[in-house]
Amino acid sequence: MSTVAGEMDHNDHHHHAPSGFTRWLFTTNHKDIGSMYLWFSFIMFLVGGSMAMVIRAELFQPGLQLVDPHFFNQMTTVHGLIMVFGAVMPAFTGLANWMVPLMIGAPDMALPRMNNWSFWILPFAFAILLASLFMEGGGPAFGWTFYAPLSTTYSSDSTALFVFSVHIMGISSIMGAINVIVTIMNMRAPGMTYMKMPLFVWTWFITAFLLIAVMPVLAGAVTMVLTDKYFGTSFFDAAGGGDPVLFQHIFWFFGHPEVYIMILPSFGIISAIIPAFSRKRLFGYSSMVYATAAIAGLSFIVWAHHMFTTGMPVAAEIFFMYATMLISVPTGVKVFNWVATMWRGSITFETPMLFALAFVILFTIGGFSGLMLAITPVDFQYHDTYFVVAHFHYVLVSGAIFSIMAAAYYWLPKWTGHMYDETLAKWHFWCSLISVNLLFFPMHFAGLAGMPRRIPDYSLQFADINQIVSIGGFAFGLSQLIFLWVVIKCARGGEKAPAKPWEGAEGLEWTVPSPAPYHTFETPPEVK
Amino acid sequence: MSTKLITALTAMLPFAASAQSSLNLTQGVTEISQRVYDLHMTIFYICCVIGVIVFGAMFVSMVIHRKSKNPKPATFHENVKVEIIWTVIPFLILIGMAIPATQTLFAMEDTSEAEVTVLVTGSQWKWHYKYFDHDVEYFSLLATRQDQINNRLDKGENYLLEVDRPLVIPTDTKVRFLVTSDDVIHSWWVPDFAVKKDANPGFINEAWTKVDEPGIYRGQCAELCGKDHGFMPVVVIAKEPAEYQAWISEQEAIQKQAKEEEQRLLSMSMSKDELMELGERIYLGSCAACHQPSGEGIPGVFPSLKGTDMVLNDIDGHIDIVVNGKAGTAMQAFGNQLSLRELAAVITYERNAWGNNTGDLIQAADVNKFMNE
Repeated sequence: MSTVAGEMDHNDHHHHAPSGFTRWLFTTNHKDIGSMYLWFSFIMFLVGGSMAMVIRAELFQPGLQLVDPHFFNQMTTVHGLIMVFGAVMPAFTGLANWMVPLMIGAPDMALPRMNNWSFWILPFAFAILLASLFMEGGGPAFGWTFYAPLSTTYSSDSTALFVFSVHIMGISSIMGAINVIVTIMNMRAPGMTYMKMPLFVWTWFITAFLLIAVMPVLAGAVTMVLTDKYFGTSFFDAAGGGDPVLFQHIFWFFGHPEVYIMILPSFGIISAIIPAFSRKRLFGYSSMVYATAAIAGLSFIVWAHHMFTTGMPVAAEIFFMYATMLISVPTGVKVFNWVATMWRGSITFETPMLFALAFVILFTIGGFSGLMLAITPVDFQYHDTYFVVAHFHYVLVSGAIFSIMAAAYYWLPKWTGHMYDETLAKWHFWCSLISVNLLFFPMHFAGLAGMPRRIPDYSLQFADINQIVSIGGFAFGLSQLIFLWVVIKCARGGEKAPAKPWEGAEGLEWTVPSPAPYHTFETPPEVK
Repeated sequence: MSTKLITALTAMLPFAASAQSSLNLTQGVTEISQRVYDLHMTIFYICCVIGVIVFGAMFVSMVIHRKSKNPKPATFHENVKVEIIWTVIPFLILIGMAIPATQTLFAMEDTSEAEVTVLVTGSQWKWHYKYFDHDVEYFSLLATRQDQINNRLDKGENYLLEVDRPLVIPTDTKVRFLVTSDDVIHSWWVPDFAVKKDANPGFINEAWTKVDEPGIYRGQCAELCGKDHGFMPVVVIAKEPAEYQAWISEQEAIQKQAKEEEQRLLSMSMSKDELMELGERIYLGSCAACHQPSGEGIPGVFPSLKGTDMVLNDIDGHIDIVVNGKAGTAMQAFGNQLSLRELAAVITYERNAWGNNTGDLIQAADVNKFMNE
């Protein structure tokens, strides 16, 4: 009897959930928080993107036209910080919030109040970072990698704000990661063993461990920058017994796992979408899990491949070259498995599949340039040129961001209860695909021909390439407004989505109605 | 007809060559740069082959395994043998890449038995070269005029890749570079030599080259080093050894003479006009990047010199900060960068320009006295 009364109370409570702004401010519901993460990340994507537009506008022609070099450096710095910490990472956290409980049959995330907190500190972190741009002396202008001593002795007064905002972002990420781990370890539905979890859950599980391992390292790095600049320590100052290269070791010990943090969840998304639209089970499930774990493990022993020109001993250069080359083995396994999944499938090309296919091809191109960059003797030529810029934008934009787009289209029917407009979505895809290649492919050539990165002006032989790149950049930026339109249109109405809108889709998330009710799996499902 | 065709093709040759070099890595002018280029192309071709196979399989699958052609999907989803094959084969390819890469790397890192050594020092935003075996050292600054950068003049052929005093090295000689920095991290890069080495403040890195062909080789700073990172090019002239010897002896004589001349001139005074004219030139070359041509600096980053207390009142403090710099800030020590006359002129200029009008005239002797105290 008492349990029944308890349930009644419980239900009663839902009907009096706060409305308006406080609903979102106080919510502990994983779907609400997931949506907020996703919207926040899209807004940051547009903010960071508009900074990229400033960069591309200035680089449209040789000479200084629009901004001065100091402001240009602020744009490259804040563009990078916002895209990494504000767009890609929160988008993945948003997807994890929405999908992990639905995929493992859990009613919510394990730590819902912490979930609320980890989201709501983010807007403050980015408000602080963006506000620093308006300070006297400008915002951070030392690159998102904030190498000392440019970020310490030689930085503007706003550096303290930068440090503080990175701390908050780190705290948010760590809390999000703890939540994912606790949820996955404790709240899987009966019968959902580890090796039955969808790959998106697996990849996020591994990502969360990476986050917990390296975000404190980043916090340490920014704290040392803070004390070097304001409190007279000399971690990175040779005059006081420190070493500026030490900073790079610490930063990249965080930074390299960080780039896998931004790609492993993509692997999970693609491993859900390709089987769904090939109508065939994922090929080599267990090898996919092991490959993900191998990539995560290797990510801790390759950091110094970002630092080949710093003057390391040749033995270290060789170690980091070999270790880095090794990463292409498990990554290759993943790509081969996706192709084998498609092989003799029954493929259709809805927008999520189009983005997933583009992901596989363009991410692999980014992987090829990554392999080239791993080769130390040639890296001396590629390092700090546009070749590197091309490489990491291939893996981050046509890699991570394309996978996020694919995920959004794939799960939008589940989130909104409506089918999105397929025609518009295909427009979004084709415009993005063409413009993203126009934007990033010629950068390879600029870099090979010798154009350094992070320069506001360049010599005349790079003029044509930069003009093409800028046009691609503007087109890619505008194409994303189509995405915004599709999402808003889908949220507001459209064809009713069935519980399982995709013929070949598998997983617990498709067993609940569309839109997913506010509370799902209050009674855990049975997984066989 | 055929003659015409041949003429047309020949006419296109230089274009083809230049098109190639503006889209690909340079082959450079040293044995090492050639080996690096070959390595780059080898790995590029391997990637292309892998790409053709993987993307080919994908495209074939997209065409023949689409639902309209293959309505009933197969059900296979696991094969340990296949997994092992596509783990082992890439691994073997990697070993094939690693062998030449390791050999080239060892060759690049062997700085022993160099015949000429140059100390390369980066600072915001210029390079300094000092020859070890000769009494020759100088700064190398961007020579592109501000008017070209600001689009008021047409841009020259070597826009942003030209300096006032290039580094000169001999051909067919192993030249060792010791690379360091006075302030932030820079990176000294000449693509044609396949040499890129970070300049770390407080530490010295080594690199070397042996240039086969005389010529002018251009590069840039490769590591973000602050506001004018894009404006500190590297230009190296490689001369035949005999020509190089003549050049370095001449430079040694000129620098020695200049030092003697400087001591001799200490007793002489310059007029205000002379000081202001020279001072403005030095100011625009060495100071304006930070303190701005207007003397107003950039608030919060670089202090203003206009109407500030030190410039108006404190002569000793002013000479001190220009000569010795200010520790812990971007303000460099110019005592060893500028001559006594130039120091005197630029300090005089700062004390009398932009409405500062202190009327103070600083002479070389004043600066010399300060430096010897």
